[in-house]
Amino acid sequence: MAAVLGGRPEGVTTVPLGPDAELDPRPRVVVVGNGMAGARLVEELLERGGGDQFAITVFGEEPHGTYNRIMLSPVLAGETHEDEIVLNSHDWYADNGIELRSGVAVTRVDLPAKTVHGDDGTVTGYDHLVLATGSSSFVPPMTGVHRDDGSLLPGVVGFRTIDDTRVMLAAATEHERAVVVGGGLLGLEAARALQGQGMQVDLLHAAGHLMNAQLDADAGAILKTSVEALGITVHCGLTATEVIGPDRVRGVVLADGRAVDAGLLVLAAGIRPRTEVAVRSGLEVQRGIVVDDQLRTEDPDVYAVGECAQHRGTVYGLVSPVWEQARVLADVLTGTDPTAEYHGSRTATKLKVAGVDVATMGVTGPERDDDEFLVISEPRRGVHLSVVVRDDRLVGATLLGDTSKVAYLTQAFDRGSPLPARRIELLVDLSDGKAEVGVAELPADSQVCNCNGVSKAAICEAVAGGCTSVGAVMDRTRAGKGCGSCKGLVGQIVEWAADGDVTEDPAADWYVPGIPLAKPALIAAVREQDLRSVSAVFAALAPAGAEDARSKMALTSLLKTVWGSDFVRENDATFINDRVHANIQRDGTFSVVPQMKGGVTSVAQLRTIADVAEKYEVPMIKVTGGQRIDLLGVRKEDLPGMWADLGMPSGYAYGKSFRTVKTCVGSDFCRFGLDDSTGLGIDLETRFQGIESPAKMKLAVVGCPRNCAEAYVKDVGVVAVGEGRWEVYVGGAAGASVRKGDLLATVTGRDAVVQLAGRFMQYYRENAHWLERTYDFVPRVGLEKIQAVLLEDSEGIVADLDAGMQRSIDAYTDPWAADLAEPATPGQFRTSLPLVDLPLVPVR
Amino acid sequence: MSLTELQTPTTTEVRVGRLEDVPPGEGRAFTAGDTQVAVFRLRDGSLHATQASCPHAGGPLADGQTDARVLVCPLHLFGFRWSDGASTSGAGPLRVYAVRESDGDLLVTL
Repeated sequence: MAAVLGGRPEGVTTVPLGPDAELDPRPRVVVVGNGMAGARLVEELLERGGGDQFAITVFGEEPHGTYNRIMLSPVLAGETHEDEIVLNSHDWYADNGIELRSGVAVTRVDLPAKTVHGDDGTVTGYDHLVLATGSSSFVPPMTGVHRDDGSLLPGVVGFRTIDDTRVMLAAATEHERAVVVGGGLLGLEAARALQGQGMQVDLLHAAGHLMNAQLDADAGAILKTSVEALGITVHCGLTATEVIGPDRVRGVVLADGRAVDAGLLVLAAGIRPRTEVAVRSGLEVQRGIVVDDQLRTEDPDVYAVGECAQHRGTVYGLVSPVWEQARVLADVLTGTDPTAEYHGSRTATKLKVAGVDVATMGVTGPERDDDEFLVISEPRRGVHLSVVVRDDRLVGATLLGDTSKVAYLTQAFDRGSPLPARRIELLVDLSDGKAEVGVAELPADSQVCNCNGVSKAAICEAVAGGCTSVGAVMDRTRAGKGCGSCKGLVGQIVEWAADGDVTEDPAADWYVPGIPLAKPALIAAVREQDLRSVSAVFAALAPAGAEDARSKMALTSLLKTVWGSDFVRENDATFINDRVHANIQRDGTFSVVPQMKGGVTSVAQLRTIADVAEKYEVPMIKVTGGQRIDLLGVRKEDLPGMWADLGMPSGYAYGKSFRTVKTCVGSDFCRFGLDDSTGLGIDLETRFQGIESPAKMKLAVVGCPRNCAEAYVKDVGVVAVGEGRWEVYVGGAAGASVRKGDLLATVTGRDAVVQLAGRFMQYYRENAHWLERTYDFVPRVGLEKIQAVLLEDSEGIVADLDAGMQRSIDAYTDPWAADLAEPATPGQFRTSLPLVDLPLVPVR
Repeated sequence: MSLTELQTPTTTEVRVGRLEDVPPGEGRAFTAGDTQVAVFRLRDGSLHATQASCPHAGGPLADGQTDARVLVCPLHLFGFRWSDGASTSGAGPLRVYAVRESDGDLLVTL
């Protein structure tokens, strides 16, 4: 005997009832059938406490535990071992106190006596009886298919059980040819799997096209092409009339008179609900066992679920409706929800049939005069998509070969959600208008702002709560206030949620929220009125002279850009990072990054850094993405001491400023290097160190287009192309946004690179919005305009740009050295959490 | 806190530091027994005092930025109103204390 799936090592066992069974006071639930439906029902009962409430007995005709029938195709294909498809083993039943009578078929039910009769002669009483007898393969009328005793001729199998599958696998080793009858899902899967096992397969399908229950003729034709491309011979509109025997299958005779050799005949031409027990017992049976909305037959204590049940005229052959039925019945039986009802399922399926993706839901084609029917057919690519829309609701869809839209369509089908006015957007993403559809499609709980964890629902709530502008929503929810990369999406959602009724942010054009001026007007006013400190700007230009906390950092940056060394520093108008020249960490400690120009260091530097890290017990030493060394988790009060001991300038790893220049080793070392990228990187960092800007500026120089230091994705990236020539890219990014920089110009000589990079950075400093990175600035202004201004001096400002940059360069002082000599304010480095024992960050 | 204390709330003024310890426009943290307090001295001369760590994620509020209406935490930029400690962006609320200056001493009512 073949192995028992999910059996015990010592063989099949059942939990003996024993004499106590009669004394068990619990009501007895008997489930006839241990397939997907019966087993699922038992699981649902257990989940609702039914294991304590009821004595449960399950009859299974097969000797096995419960296994996943959906997985028989992978088993047949050799992709999955049969042990892997066991759902509930014999042990599972024993562990859960459920009596499994495996290998026992129920022959009839005595409704008045409330007993079931097994083919082993047993009689078992019940209080509630559930029929889950499933279905069997339909055997088409063919001469010779049955033996005299009514059983199937050896070599003829359905495709319903693990034993069927084992027969097929055995046949595949002994025979070369197989005939599969039925071109639906099951037949196609069997054909594919057998062909994969090395058999030559003929597929017979009585209807005119494959999967005719789910696909229209055009889609079926495309599927046929895809299946034939696998090497399977497909005969549509053709049946078999005779099985050639006599002792076992030798071949079949087709309706057109031809004969096909075959050592295996697989019947997959539909299924029939197994209703014999119900019929014999006197229950009402039409196509299946007739049940009401609580899965109850005409006998109040007898229920039916799964493929044997007929609900509101429909017999379901898919697993998801069966799951729903099991849930409802478990609710009813356990009393968890005595009024639970099953109202039928809208079946949507997504399958891979013979290697082809197929998804279907609802109707396959138009049924009424005013149904809308949209079809996209690409036979060459094996793609056929169609939707049926009725009264602005999706009532059917068929996707073959491309199921990328299935999630969206399933949602529209299940919930009746609104459809795009342009119906084609149901099937394909159009580049224009895509965002609009995307926002509407986005599930409410999907996270829009990942930095601050803001969902679409939270944004919609803010709009519903009265925020009418994008800025107001961002203030309320903090969406878009982290890295800022979601701002565009936030704007779209606000617009969508407000149904287009968005007030223009009056502050949208202002450089900072606290001063009602755009950047050029603000700069002009600052110059005209000689405003050199942030408090002077508020006093002169803010409404009622009121300070605004959120404007101060941006104003400091702007004033430094305008005034250079004539700027009057006010520490309170800076962010904490700029007050103490270090980057604040999550626990209030700081990170210290010494300057390391071009990423080049030395023995002495490394030794000093190591000593300092040891002395101050630095929790983590980390190599940064900008090719420097980061000392993290430093107490504020330790900062001046560390700077003194380091004796190195600040690397500006904390500011909205020029940060770093990454370099590769260039022509000095690299055998591919075309120029001295390292040297040029050091030159650039020496010249532009510490320059403040609207947002950070990260640079890189590479010695050849292999781009080892990633110059193509930097705010300013420089690439050596040989013979002293350099390409200068601007507006690149590889952070929250990824963008390849635009080629600004190719110039000759290192000085030309330094000059052009300086001009670009100054133009950006003077014209970009606060926190606008170059990857937004360059596309906003336009590369052509930037090229005209910087390369052709179209506005006559290049000399001013050069002078402005020079002013800032001349104003540079190393902030560490400066504040070490004399603190900027009293208590500049005092702890702000005096009772917290910092660091709280982990010490590595 | 005992029941008695609840019935008679303490109104002790505690001297936490000197006015010159807090530079104009900034904040500094002090301790009063086992309580840490952040004191802010705005440029208009007004004083404010709050709990020292942010109710959102424990950020050091004395390192925050201020104006006449709000305090902004440096870690995640949550804003809190001086008037009642309520957050303008969804965290909080923040505990605020009365604070005054007397002969250069900063006196906080805990």
